[in-house]
Order: sequence, then structure tokens, then C-alpha cells
Amino acid sequence: MRNRARKIVPLLAAGLLAAAACSGGPATPTGPAPSQGQSQGGPAAADPNQLPRGETLYTTGTQWGPPANYNPIREWDSAVGTKGLVYETLFHYDTVNAKLTPWLATGGSWTGDTTYELKLRPGVKWSDGQPFAAKDVVFSFELGKMETIPYHNLWNWLKSVEAVDDQTVKFTFSKANYQEWDFMLYSRSMVPEHVWKDRSEKEVLDGVNDKPVGTGAYTFMSKDQDRVVLQRRDDWWGKTALNMEPKPRYIVDIATPSNEVALGLLLQKGLDLSNNFLPGVANLVKGNFGLTTYYNQPPYMLSANTAWLVPNTTKKPMDDPAFRKALASSIDVKKIVEGVYGNLVKAASPTGLLPQWDKYVDQNVVASSGFSFDTAKAKKLLADAGYKDTDNDGYVENKDGSKLSLSLIVPSGWTDWMESARSIAASAKTAGIQVTPDFPDFNALVEKRAKGDFDLLINNERQLSNSPYTYYEYMFQLPVQKQQNTVNFARYENKKAWDLVQQLDQVKTDDTAGMQKIISQLQQISLDDLPVIPLWYNGLWAQSSNAVWKNWPAEAGSAPKTPAVMWRNWFELGGFETLTQIQPTAS
Amino acid sequence: MRRYFGRKLLIYGLTFFVAVTVNWMIPRFMPGDPVASMVARANVSQPEAVEAMRAYYSSLFGLDQPLLSQYGNFWGALLRGDFGTSIWLFPTPVSQVIGAAVPYTLALVVPSVLLSWVVGNRFGAYAARRKLLDNTVLPVGYVLTAMPYMWLAVLLAWSLGVIAGIFPVAGGYSFSMRPHLSWAFLLDLLHHWTLPFLSLFLVALGGWAIGMRNMIIYELESDYSTYLSALGAPDRLIRRYAFRNAVLPQITGLALQLGVIVAGALVTEIVFAYPGLGSLILKAIQNKDFFLLQGTFLFIVLGVLIANFIIDIVYVVVDPRTRAGMAGAQA
Repeated sequence: MRNRARKIVPLLAAGLLAAAACSGGPATPTGPAPSQGQSQGGPAAADPNQLPRGETLYTTGTQWGPPANYNPIREWDSAVGTKGLVYETLFHYDTVNAKLTPWLATGGSWTGDTTYELKLRPGVKWSDGQPFAAKDVVFSFELGKMETIPYHNLWNWLKSVEAVDDQTVKFTFSKANYQEWDFMLYSRSMVPEHVWKDRSEKEVLDGVNDKPVGTGAYTFMSKDQDRVVLQRRDDWWGKTALNMEPKPRYIVDIATPSNEVALGLLLQKGLDLSNNFLPGVANLVKGNFGLTTYYNQPPYMLSANTAWLVPNTTKKPMDDPAFRKALASSIDVKKIVEGVYGNLVKAASPTGLLPQWDKYVDQNVVASSGFSFDTAKAKKLLADAGYKDTDNDGYVENKDGSKLSLSLIVPSGWTDWMESARSIAASAKTAGIQVTPDFPDFNALVEKRAKGDFDLLINNERQLSNSPYTYYEYMFQLPVQKQQNTVNFARYENKKAWDLVQQLDQVKTDDTAGMQKIISQLQQISLDDLPVIPLWYNGLWAQSSNAVWKNWPAEAGSAPKTPAVMWRNWFELGGFETLTQIQPTAS
Repeated sequence: MRRYFGRKLLIYGLTFFVAVTVNWMIPRFMPGDPVASMVARANVSQPEAVEAMRAYYSSLFGLDQPLLSQYGNFWGALLRGDFGTSIWLFPTPVSQVIGAAVPYTLALVVPSVLLSWVVGNRFGAYAARRKLLDNTVLPVGYVLTAMPYMWLAVLLAWSLGVIAGIFPVAGGYSFSMRPHLSWAFLLDLLHHWTLPFLSLFLVALGGWAIGMRNMIIYELESDYSTYLSALGAPDRLIRRYAFRNAVLPQITGLALQLGVIVAGALVTEIVFAYPGLGSLILKAIQNKDFFLLQGTFLFIVLGVLIANFIIDIVYVVVDPRTRAGMAGAQA
């Protein structure tokens, strides 16, 4: 037995290793044909199986599982880079100068009150060599006529799209929603008609689209459970037309299972850009780790979206604006910013509008109706509105004398939000409001949120965009549905506010004064009624390593001012331009 | 012989049936609605579109049918080898998702279980006879078994990965590589495999060593050993008998361990971002992916049953009492 075992063990081990090694190969299918990748690789790609470190950008923080599809219509779960790197949009949006940047289109203008004419860039080709033309744009927008397509509601106000000639597209609207239209122009991927025209609705919505043909600067090279690899196209149109070239020849986006793994990789210099929330990153930036963030002092990150406390306004006492105001005054956001986030975020203005929209904030309205943390004031507001502590347990009761106890739900495992919820509960307690944090799992929370089966929750589902319109649409959209899936989780109903939002939509995007006028009124309503309570601005989490790539965006000096982020929809907000500005550290 | 295996097969069949049924039930009675979260993720706001999408996905996954026929369909599909479509990685078939992950987990679990068993038993057997080893290996063994998988894994990742930089901390192979057959790639696989393997191996090792040491001491002091020794039999012979007797409970332990080890691999895989079944299970639970969860559990159940069946056969070979029992003798 013993002698036999002595021989068997190493043999067994070797055999298993070999088996494991071999099965690792075929189990990891490569995406699009590798031959295509090689031919475009150029002289530097001598060994396509081993990417040269100096020409490869490693990123993480967008994808949390194996890449499932390359379908640009599935904007919520397609592989990283599907929209932005492989498929492109008509425009990009410059968040610094607040204007549309021509991309696949060279420009567009309103030729009448309800007609918009778009000029396309000549000489753009799909990756299969076919020219990109007006018919592709028409086709892409007409896909939205299918009921299950995310931008189907565009057809509620768009009447027709037609190709005037190869380079011109004319849009005719029944109602001109200027703000939303600009958003569409930089948000929708253009797909090739000649590849997509025979696809059924099921295929358009659910297709894997594993051989994507796009106009973008990259193609998919391979994929595996935990990564996608993109390869630069050397015949990308933008090189000559825009005089731009993304610097990394290869981009490997890694799906890390946790932020700790991302941090480990970053410290090992195996990762160049992490778009994860990494608590305590301030210490790393100050330490000698070669890491940079946009600011070198608090809040370190650009602001990406606003986190709100969302009350369910169909339930008592959250249906009472006075109670909501008292609740808002009772929350010590500063404590969350410092304690939970270690100053990686900024406290939100009472209007909730992102810092990039500062020019729309009406300081008079804020001065007269804004709120701030003030426990004494919260107590007074409660007392004035008739909420009294009748049984002397330290918490106020409902107006009818029944116990008042609210639950605040955030997804289990979202540790920063869980801590914030605890902090909110603690500061509400000192004002006499009983709030109990509760942590259901994410899917259970989504269900409760959609059905209105909650008291309070935290949400941040609107990103920075071209217009505060998207922000107010989130707050005020009517009618309230049985299932609220995307906006107005508070189920707040105010017809006047929703009318104003729709009016704002119809103000031309260059009419800043006109926008300001309506936004002031909306601010007044939002501060008087507080349908949602703005808490803090979530950061555009981006920590980059200078080991292989330098010239990352930063506030200081001549560094680029664009965001460094691979998140969905952010390539069009400057994320792509960042890729063209970074430089190899070695050279 | 036939009766022995017949009975075993029946038991395994029943176990399989019950396991699959429970496996089907658990995700369906968990709170939350997978289709609702899928629709919510799609960011569709219009009521008509929401309803259209909802109805479409419900019928696609067969969730609009009564529970009993869902159960029937499940068995039907299972027998055809169809595990369904993953909800989380829609529209990838579950079998494909699992197929990509299984080699990694097997390569991690099988060697770590077997090697730790073999090495642990040998260490234990030596420790029983060597005072020096007994005073060093044993305490280390206790510490190792008492250590949670995760903690050791994190320690290893931090010390050998981040600080020393000898081993990578994430992935199944370098992020700069594409899978292909070459020595460089195989070495790279091995390089990434080492730390997760070590964390599993070390924790299991201590348990086996302690068990074996105690058993050997017990056997060496039992009547037959004393008798053999009194007859003047060489020490080597006595030790061989003691080892053969002591190893039997260890084989049973191995069979039991095979069922538990997946849980250990789960944590290890998550710490090292190793792309195996463990990471999948976690994600499937988080995303309420019924079909993926069922598929992975089914795979584990099958694996444990097969492993135990093999152990049953091994028993016939190594334990004369089992052979005697099969031949009709009474113990």
C-alpha cells in the first residue's frame, strides 16, 4: 500500500493538472474569429495569445459576471464597450462645456418647429467594410417601434424618420421634446441595417449578437468567464475624421467578484483603472502607490449621480410634506460623508442638482425654502405639524396617536448604503422619528420598490446628463403606474410639476434662460414638497494606476478633464475621449 | 455482490430524486421575483412595454404555468439534458455557463481533497510514532483545521500575493493571455491555481493528520498489536496492519468530506476570483437565477453521489468485512 501510494500520488497529481490544463482551453471559447483579430493586430502583435503589457489597458468595475451578450439594444447588460467602443452614437456629450460633440453625425439643426435635420459624416465604414449611411440611422431609430425596445416611447412623439439622401436624415415630430431629443442623440447606438434587417423582435431584444459589426474604434477579440478583450481597429474612421486615436491597442475588462479583489489587483499593478467604490482610497492616493484620482483632496472623485432618500408618498405619514421636511432636517449628511465615505463624496445641495448643473440652481429659492441638518428645527416642524410623543418613549406618534415606525430599505451587501441607513436612523432618532434600517436582498428590494411596498429607501438611478430634465423626470413623472420600474419610486403626484417638466422638455437646449425659468419653479416645488430628499452626490469612482498608463484625468494642471470611466453610457460623456488622451508611461 | 450494489444503487437513485426535488423547490420558494428584476433592469418605463416584456419572459421561462407542471417540465427537460436558460446571463444556456466553470472547480477541488488526504494520513501516521513530529505537526494541524477557509485564503492572498508579489491574486489565468495550448499558458494556469489550491489543501491537511495520528496510536495499543508484538513479529508488519485498520474510517471521512468541500471551494473561489462553480453559485443566488442555481446544485449533487459510489467500491477492495458481508456472512 505504502509503496504503491508513493508512485500513485505524483502520477495522479500530474494527471489531474494536465487534465485541468487541457480542459481550461476548450472551455473558454474565443469570441469573434481570432484570425480577424490577428490581421488587424499590426506588427506589434507577434503573439496574439499574450498581450503586450505596454499596449494593454486593464479595467474593472463595470461588469460583475461573465459577458453575456454584445447586443447594443440591451443597454443594461451587454458586454463592456458594446456601446461606445464597438457601436457608436451620433453625438457625444461634453460635460465640461455642456454641449453635444459631433460624432457619427457632423451636425444637426431644427429646420422647423417639429423637424430636425441631421447631417452624417461621410466616409464612415462599418467594420465589415460597408459604408455607414442615412438608411442605417433610419433603421436604428425605427427599431424603437418594437414594443419591447427600451426606447420605444420615443415613438410617442416622433412621427417619422426618413433618409433625404445618403448623408441626411430628416426627423418629423408630433411634439418637439428638445431636451429629450439631445439625450437620444448621444444615447442610442447605431446598428447596421444590412446585418440587422431580417432579425425578429425576439432576436433584436434577446439576441447575443456574437459577431458584432459596428463603426467603433474597437472590436471584440475574445471573452471568458471573467473578462472581455477588445482590440483596436486600425481602420477606424475617427483617426482621420476626428484626428483622435485611443491609445491602448488592447483593452481587457475584468469582472471582479468584489471590491477587495479589485483593490488587490490595483496594488499589484495588474490593473490600470478601477471604477469600483474602494473605501479608504484617500490613503492610497496620498501614499506611495502610484494611484491617482480626479481630485487630490476630498471628494477625490467627480460627481456622477445624486443619492436620495425616497419616501413612499402614498403611505402615512410620508404623504405629509411637513413630515418629509422634518425628516429631511433630521438627517446629518455630513456624518455620512465623513464617517461612511471617508470624504469620498460630497453632501448634496438641497435641490439635489449635480455640481455640473450649478448654473441652474436658483439661490433665492434655496435660501428661502432649502433645508439643512438641524435637529431642533426638525423637532419643531414635527410638533407644529401635530406629531407628538404621547407615550413618552422618545419617538413621536402618528397624528391619530398610533405608533410611528418606519423601515428604511437598502440592498443587502451594499455596505456603504447599509452604513448610511444606520446613520440616518440614528440621526432621525435624536429628532424623535423612529426609523429602522432593513436589508432585503437586491431583487426583493427591486420588487418592493416597483410595487410601492416600502416606507423609505435610498436610490440614485439618474446619472449626470445633458439636462436637469432627466433629473426632474425621475422626480415627477406621471401617471403613477401599478409598477414603477424606472422613475418616481416615491409615487408622488403633482400635476403642475409634471406639466412644468414637460414644458422644460420643450425648451430648446441652447435657451439657458428659458430653462432656468422653469427649473426655478421646479426647484420651488421640490423644496416645498420634497418628493425625494437629496442626501449626497455619489462619486464617479475612478482610481487609476500610473504604472503603465499616465496622463489620467485630473483637476490639476493640463491633465484631461474628461471622466475616466468604463460604466455604461459614460463613454459618450467623455469616457472615450479619456482613452485617446492617456499615454504609455514607458515612452 | 449484486445485492450489495443493487441496494446501493437504489439508495443513490432515491437520494438523487429527493435532492433534485429539493433543489427545484428552494429557489422557487425564495422571496423575490426574477422576471420582475429582469424587467426592472431593462429600464422600461411604459406600462405596455413592461407588460409585454413581463409576459414574454414569464412564458419563456415557463414561470406562468402551475407549479406542478413546472415541476414536470423540469424533470422532462432534465432527462433530455436541458438545464434551461440562465436568467442572469440571458440568453446563455445554463449548461454552457456551467461547462465553462466546471473544469476550474474540479482542478481545484479534486487534487486538494485527494492530496490533502494522502499527505495528511502519512503525516499523521508518522506523527504517531515520532515524538518530535507529534509536538510540531499536531499543534499546527489543530490550528489549520480550526481556521476558516476564507481567513487562510485572505492571508495567503495578502502575504504571497499583494505583499510578496509571488502569486497572482485573481483570475484563472493571466489577464494578458488567451487560452491556447503551450507551455507558457499551462504554467500560467498552474501559477494562478497554486494559491487557491494551497488554501484548500492546508486547511484539510490538518484534519486528516490529527485523525490518522489518533487512529494509529489506538491501533498500535490494541490487543492484536500487543499480541503480534509478543509473538515477536517485526515492527514493520505491525505498523502495516495498524495502518490498514486506521485508514478505514479515514476513507469514510473522505466520502463525507467530498460533500462539504464544495462549500470550501465556494469561499476560496470568491476570495481569489477564481472562475469556477463557487463564484457562479454566489452570483446565481444574488441574481435569483433559478436555472443556474438548479444546474450548479445538480452538478454538485451528481458529483457527490458519484464520488461516494466510487468510495463504496473502494471499500469492497480495502475492507475484508465488506467483502465478507457481500458473500452473506454475518458480522
